[in-house]
Amino acid sequence: MENQDPSEPSFGARIATATACFFRALANPEFARRAAALLRPAPAPVTAAPVKPATVELPPERLHASGLTVLSLLQREGRLIDFLQEDVATFSDAEVGAAARVIHSGCKKVLKEYFTVEPILKDAEGASITVPAGFDAQRIRITGNVTGQPPFRGTLKHHGWEATAVRLPSVSATLDSRVLVAAEVEL
Amino acid sequence: MSRFSIGIDLGTTNSAVSYFKLDEAQARGTAQTMLGIPQITAIGTVEAKNLLPSFLYLPNDQEFPVGSLALPWGKDRKYIVGEFARSHGSKVPTRLVSSAKSWLCHAGVNRLEPILPWQTPDDVQRISPLEVAARYLTHIREAWDFQFQEAQLAEQEVVLTVPASFDAAARDLTLKAAQQAGLQNVTLIEEPQAAFYAWLEERGESFRKHIKPGDVVLVVDVGGGTSDFSLIAVTAKEGEVALTRIAVGDHILLGGDNMDLTLAHTVNLRLAAGGKKLDAWQFNALTFACRQAKEQMFADPTLEKTSLVVPGRGSSLIGGTIKAELSRVELAAVLTDGFFPKTAVTDVPKNARRTGLAQMALPYAQDAGITRHLAAFLTRQRQAMASTEDAPVQVADRKFVHPTAILFNGGVFKAAALKDRILEVLNDWLAADGGQPARELAGAELDLAVARGAAYFGWARHGHGLRIRGGTARAYYVGVETAMPAVPGMEPPVKALCVAPFGMEEGTQADVPPQEFGLVVGEPTRFRFFSSSVRRDDRVGVMVDDVVDNDEFEEIAPIETTLPARADKDELVPVNLQAAVTEIGTLELRCLEKSGAGRWKLELNVRMKE
Repeated sequence: MENQDPSEPSFGARIATATACFFRALANPEFARRAAALLRPAPAPVTAAPVKPATVELPPERLHASGLTVLSLLQREGRLIDFLQEDVATFSDAEVGAAARVIHSGCKKVLKEYFTVEPILKDAEGASITVPAGFDAQRIRITGNVTGQPPFRGTLKHHGWEATAVRLPSVSATLDSRVLVAAEVEL
Repeated sequence: MSRFSIGIDLGTTNSAVSYFKLDEAQARGTAQTMLGIPQITAIGTVEAKNLLPSFLYLPNDQEFPVGSLALPWGKDRKYIVGEFARSHGSKVPTRLVSSAKSWLCHAGVNRLEPILPWQTPDDVQRISPLEVAARYLTHIREAWDFQFQEAQLAEQEVVLTVPASFDAAARDLTLKAAQQAGLQNVTLIEEPQAAFYAWLEERGESFRKHIKPGDVVLVVDVGGGTSDFSLIAVTAKEGEVALTRIAVGDHILLGGDNMDLTLAHTVNLRLAAGGKKLDAWQFNALTFACRQAKEQMFADPTLEKTSLVVPGRGSSLIGGTIKAELSRVELAAVLTDGFFPKTAVTDVPKNARRTGLAQMALPYAQDAGITRHLAAFLTRQRQAMASTEDAPVQVADRKFVHPTAILFNGGVFKAAALKDRILEVLNDWLAADGGQPARELAGAELDLAVARGAAYFGWARHGHGLRIRGGTARAYYVGVETAMPAVPGMEPPVKALCVAPFGMEEGTQADVPPQEFGLVVGEPTRFRFFSSSVRRDDRVGVMVDDVVDNDEFEEIAPIETTLPARADKDELVPVNLQAAVTEIGTLELRCLEKSGAGRWKLELNVRMKE
């Protein structure tokens, strides 16, 4: 590991920031405008004296706010957290199955509304396909007898999924994103 | 200078906005643009959607965190409109306003008085039906202005839709709501006509292949809360196709929401018999599940039953889940046969028309059979046309007006089975009456057509496309009490003086009837006011005897005016009444001074009938 300035964010933190910027820029036009301003070349510094940049360490829940938003959407529409937090061992398959319908239809709605999810490879699973030279190693994983050089011949086991669009709603920054669902008290 | 024509469908359960760039030289075809309406969908969350649920929630001061109700254009909101209002309001019914549009046309209540939410505890700040409509329109205006900052809505041409069955008072109120919301340039259009315009635009020039002179198109518009019928005749005029709206139905408070509710009640009864009791929230979830099951089964005719799952409200999802089933037999019995029964055309609805204005809660239709309401509409209109000299369509030797084509509108008809049922019933009637079967005009987008057609109409009225003519769908009358000695317990008979005939076109005024009235200066004068959708031949000045309890007439809000006291005038000023239909589609009544230049506008009094 290279030596780095302790005030500089770690590589991991930078990935997180970059991801957060990506989602927020998509969801929040005002943020996108400010980000675009940051991306323009900075004006020449007026003073030569090195100024120690003030580090703004965002707390994790702010940094990963969009992740929490997705969780709360899955709970709101599909009761996913209720389901995962419940002890399914005590229920029959039929009971779990009935609840699964609620979760399936609700979570599917979230997936459809806020993301466009498409298979990476359009071929049918089980089909015999060719993986060309220079293939995208992130999108295509080769397994089994991996020897020699591409192009490879193989059988498509899983066509993969890719979110080709993300449309998360803008959530007010004044709210605590850690609240996934509020407690409900009926009066 | 306006740049857009904006169609606003202010619906009973959902509102939608479509827009048309006026500088564009041609119709939009299938690419009819909708406005995404930003609205609160959850605490602190704003999303833009094509439909704005017509629900208003009036929160308690402490109910939600500070700033969580902010919209992109306003930080400080004391009320919520749209998706979150509906979803949260279902758990807090005392703070939720729904079906405001039905209240707006309900003559039994004071529509300017803060009465909504209906019968709610006193600590909720109630508002008037007019104010609710104005708030929906304000939300729409702000959503538009936020996205089109260079072309503010107040400066654009707005076309607002109203049910064809809305009377003069309800139209007037809709317009007032628009003005209160800051919309200045507004025209009204009837929803079935708007749906027809959307179909015309969608078809483009090829519409000529689908409708021909001689056709009579029946528009069946079943919205969330209301059912609305109109007849449009296709004729040839100087070699070009001409469209005339020849009749509209009565106001029927019955729609798609009633159907889902009825299904839910049916299932709920079965659950209750099995000892499972649902609370209000679970019942809502059941209604939602029924709607989904309905759509699923109508989409897949092989499905014999669907399971309904009502999740528990607590965090125990599996443990709290209540299961039920909806079978195809039940769906057909409750929905297809319940709401669209196979009936004879002579089978009229029980209590079809509103009787008495004194009832307070919303006057829901007594008979759920939409086909019976349709039969009543077609037979009543036949009688009306048979008695006139120049019937717009052939009615001689027929039991009812024969439509040749039918255009469906409203989300209910996503279920093809329901369209098929109406066609089947109508075609049975036609066959029994010696007519040719009617065909469906396919293609309109059922949820969004009204908004789209309204925007298209805004463009067409600049002389770009075919326009539907027709004028007022009613004749209007002023009540005149006959002088007779008072008989205890008996109301003196009321005669009606026709002031505006059937079919008055926008931008025209009627003749002045010869009857004279004496107005006392400085004191309010009030007339009873009636309308009729079946008396097509009454000319201005015609006097009809005894209109109260005559089912050809419907009483609407009284009209009144106060003449300012003037020093040079006598106490009593003789006047004539005159009616005019404004360019924007509302009816205006005025008093003309008999021997002078005085003119006073008569206002429809939408406060309560006394």
